[in-house]
Amino acid sequence: MKLFEYQGKELFRNYGIAVPKSVVVQSKEELEKIDMPFPWVLKAQVLVGGRGKAGGVKIASSIEEAKKAFDEIMGMEIKGERVKKILVEEKAEIEKEMYLSFFLDRSSRQYLMMFSPHGGVDIEAMKENVKKIYINPLIGLQSYHLRKLPKETRSIAGRLYRLFIEKDCELAEINPLAISGEAAIALDSKIIVDDNALYRHNELPKENAELTPLEKEAREKGIAFVQLDGNIGVIANGAGLTMATLDALNEFNGRGGVFLDLGGTDDPEKVKQALEIMVKAKPKVILINLFGGITKCDTVARGIMEFMEEHDTPPIVARIKGVNEDIAREMLKDYVIALDSFREVAKKAAELGG
Amino acid sequence: MAIWADENIRLLVQGITGHQGQFHTKAMQEFGTNVVAGVTPGKGGMQVHGVPVYNSVEDAMEKEPNASIVFVPAAFAKDAVIEALDAGIKMVVVITENIPFHDAMQFIHYAMYKKARVIGPNCPGIASPGKSKIGIFPNIIFSKGSVGIASRSGTLTYEIVAALSQAGIGQSTCIGLGGDPVTGTTFIDALKAFEEDEETKAIVMVGEIGGTAEEEAAEYIKKEVSKPVYAYIAGRTAPAGKRMGHAGAIISGSMGTAESKIKALEEAGVKVARFPYEIAELVKNDKEIW
Repeated sequence: MKLFEYQGKELFRNYGIAVPKSVVVQSKEELEKIDMPFPWVLKAQVLVGGRGKAGGVKIASSIEEAKKAFDEIMGMEIKGERVKKILVEEKAEIEKEMYLSFFLDRSSRQYLMMFSPHGGVDIEAMKENVKKIYINPLIGLQSYHLRKLPKETRSIAGRLYRLFIEKDCELAEINPLAISGEAAIALDSKIIVDDNALYRHNELPKENAELTPLEKEAREKGIAFVQLDGNIGVIANGAGLTMATLDALNEFNGRGGVFLDLGGTDDPEKVKQALEIMVKAKPKVILINLFGGITKCDTVARGIMEFMEEHDTPPIVARIKGVNEDIAREMLKDYVIALDSFREVAKKAAELGG
Repeated sequence: MAIWADENIRLLVQGITGHQGQFHTKAMQEFGTNVVAGVTPGKGGMQVHGVPVYNSVEDAMEKEPNASIVFVPAAFAKDAVIEALDAGIKMVVVITENIPFHDAMQFIHYAMYKKARVIGPNCPGIASPGKSKIGIFPNIIFSKGSVGIASRSGTLTYEIVAALSQAGIGQSTCIGLGGDPVTGTTFIDALKAFEEDEETKAIVMVGEIGGTAEEEAAEYIKKEVSKPVYAYIAGRTAPAGKRMGHAGAIISGSMGTAESKIKALEEAGVKVARFPYEIAELVKNDKEIW
């Protein structure tokens, strides 16, 4: 789960990481109540990157300018994400901008601390002067690791590491990290918390703003569900098989609109729940690709049949292989377009999708 | 031969009294696995399908297990793996999904320190037809033979194995590495073991988007693998920044795309299939092996 900048900065404050004075606002009236010397920086609170370039950050030297900037930023769309909150911040004195982060390095299976003396740009664009310091997860951050950083950033790095570990982060990033004299101050925050660890962090925000309303509903029901931009809804069992089915559709110029991993189930009710949420996403056609092993094909067929008795659905194309496939096919013969092979079923769904 | 799971396995099932633990204990016994003991704290003294249940791994060691499979819920999985490693078990297969990755990092590194192998987490386990299965693969898909399979996926692997069996191509060992960002056993570990295994003549890799494990495997294949390798990579059409079901299946920035993996593998001489079912055709038609 990604946190908004202002949420990350609240965590920073709790860990003694210096941040500029700031107020989060949702209405123009709130600007009047802010008791903070100008100039201010007004920053759109969105989870996507590139907000500066999109015009989501503005400087104001008076309340009039601040109101004008508010009108421009509030409600704008940045890469499809609407701005609902603005962080109003005191403009900091900056001598140098640096970069600092901790994250999981999948390749080395270690924690990685990255530091650059030149911050403010995307880390992928930084080629030179990037320090990579690997940290064994059993041993943790040591003083000698910190001694590789400039003196004025060491304390903040130690605090950011503690936050990274204690809050189960995938990523804890400060970019830019501003240096002003002896002081280091976090001008931005990027925090991603491991979804699988949220159960032990009741103190963190509950609202996962990255998910669409349907994705949220699916998550509450324990269904892996991702909305894409095509018009064919894909249901398969297992994440790999679901992805492979979406890829196969593409070979026939079909466009996947929903990724729905049914997982392993022996419960027709779960199948009905999955279909219910799929229908809400309004696909033009539904493609069910099932490989029954532990999951019995006839169990899934029962769920499909019962759902279709009670609800209207778009046409369903299905390929059902594995345990009890014959029973399942017999059950579904008046309900779905059943085809034998992966290729045929993808082709047919792509045709119906237009 | 086969790799890691053979006829000498004496298996401990951690979380044996749960729904999954009970169901798969029976399925593993039917496959031919010697399940010697189970553990569920507080349920010591029970029996599950004839297998004695103990309160702790330490107690269960009187049955001399040499491998363990973990069905314990995510919040308690780290504890279970460390308990097995501390008792001296050298191979722990972690089926459990949704384990916080900081927990997984700890038990994976602790296993390295203990010179033990972790397979998973979030994986279907490992199976060597005719020998033993430590996992949840459906038994019916397998046939004994000489193709080794290593995969980041579950059901997609069943699909590919079933197609191989149907084409008359048996398997030496099939290993599910797991769908999480960090796993105890990697493609490179599996490639190394398959290369050394006399019974294995060809290797199939099933990869997916996220991370760079396939690219690293491609580098390793170039240098160290003489046997033919085939691959399928899922997620060619997945958008960046979306987690596609598996915690590890996410394109971050420009890293972890299917294109990058397919390119690296093809450059290493690996034959990459466009569809999962093409794997069986590619292997069957390869004159070099048969």
